[in-house]
Amino acid sequence: MAAKMIHIQHLSKKFGDLEVLRDINMDVEKGEVVCIIGPSGSGKSTFLRCINQLEKPSGGEVSYQGKSLMEKGCNIRAFREEVGMVFQKFYLFPMKTVLENVMLAPVLTKHMSKKEAREKAMELLRKVGMEEKADEYPGTLSGGQQQRVAIARALAMEPRVLLFDEPTSALDPELVGEVLEVMKNLAKEGMTMIVVTHEMGFAKEVADRVVFMADGLIVEEGSPAQIFTVPREERTKSFLARILPAQAQEVPA
Amino acid sequence: MDLRFLEVLLPMMLSGLRLTLVISLAGIALGTVIGSLCGYLLQSGLKVGKAAAEIYIWIIRATPLMVQALYGYYVIPRLLGVELDSTTVGILVIALNSGAFISEIVRGALTSVEAGQKEAGKSLGLTRAQTMLHIVIPPAFRIALPALFNQFIISVKDTALLSVIAVNEVTHQAQAYAALSFQAIPTYTALAVFYLVILSVLIVIQKGVEKKMR
Repeated sequence: MAAKMIHIQHLSKKFGDLEVLRDINMDVEKGEVVCIIGPSGSGKSTFLRCINQLEKPSGGEVSYQGKSLMEKGCNIRAFREEVGMVFQKFYLFPMKTVLENVMLAPVLTKHMSKKEAREKAMELLRKVGMEEKADEYPGTLSGGQQQRVAIARALAMEPRVLLFDEPTSALDPELVGEVLEVMKNLAKEGMTMIVVTHEMGFAKEVADRVVFMADGLIVEEGSPAQIFTVPREERTKSFLARILPAQAQEVPA
Repeated sequence: MDLRFLEVLLPMMLSGLRLTLVISLAGIALGTVIGSLCGYLLQSGLKVGKAAAEIYIWIIRATPLMVQALYGYYVIPRLLGVELDSTTVGILVIALNSGAFISEIVRGALTSVEAGQKEAGKSLGLTRAQTMLHIVIPPAFRIALPALFNQFIISVKDTALLSVIAVNEVTHQAQAYAALSFQAIPTYTALAVFYLVILSVLIVIQKGVEKKMR
């Protein structure tokens, strides 16, 4: 087995008196695709945000390639260069073109020349099928197109790990497929991915491991086959029973 | 009609106009710097800076500009034991006054940028300064533009109030000439036209900048 990319131990997060995460333990290996599912308010997004410290954990440990991220003096910025994030609401930079959105971070953080960054950005936009929109502004794009650009933007930093925070939840149903397609290709190329999602079809098909969270805890984890066909825990069963019939028509398994 | 009065009126008005422009430009420029800094402090986590900015803005917003001018010219130099000429005081009054209002404009514009935009910057490994400069400020600036130009226009008009501290700006010159010559109609017509021209230029600049930022 390769070295653990991400190692999480006893992670907890409180907002005031509200305990959002209680005691999360999880390891992610290189090349692994982990899908996190669970009801709203179960702490999935908070968990993801604690990994790259957009949310400061209240306790526990997050480490990346053996190095703790929570020690004083840890260069969290350098970590973020290697661990990209894709947001539910894309958050493309509205006053920059698609191309500029993708070029910005490599030019600023890696001191890449503009020419090199442009070539690289075009290559990534081609990869997500957005090269024709390179000079458009995000406001003129559909949600699915914006999300594909956001993925290209994250990829421009050549991350080792990508975090996806409900990447298709803000999309019209007919636009979900194009984004999932891009994500599937990334998974095939061996990208390490942690995906918070409500797309059970995607989790079934792409995930190496599915993690079911509820009330700030990991209730159960296992292979997609196990979780979706023979869940052990009652909470997993009732969650899947509620969500799967609704999605069955949209996502043929 | 005897137009010889123009030989006196025009030079007076033009010298006043020059001073109005100098005070407006310097005051607005300085006010924008002050306002940007205080606006940033208002929405930052820096408690002392925020409190200082709030006190400053409170004092300025809760007193009339004319009183600020009188105080700045007759009281503060005496308290400090320094001498300040009326033009310097005029520039400082316009700067501090516009700065307070610009602070609120800047604060509003900065906070209107979604937190997610900043997080997107952070998640790409950008520093705080880079995130501010490349991600927050451009859309904030666009949002601030209409209110900012409104304030610039108000500040140009406010320079007329500096006549109370004997700043020889254009309104002061016009009043002086009208009182001596009894030529109220041409004098004040010329004065109104001067303001109309200056502020029209500002309005045209605003339209141009807003078009460019779209």
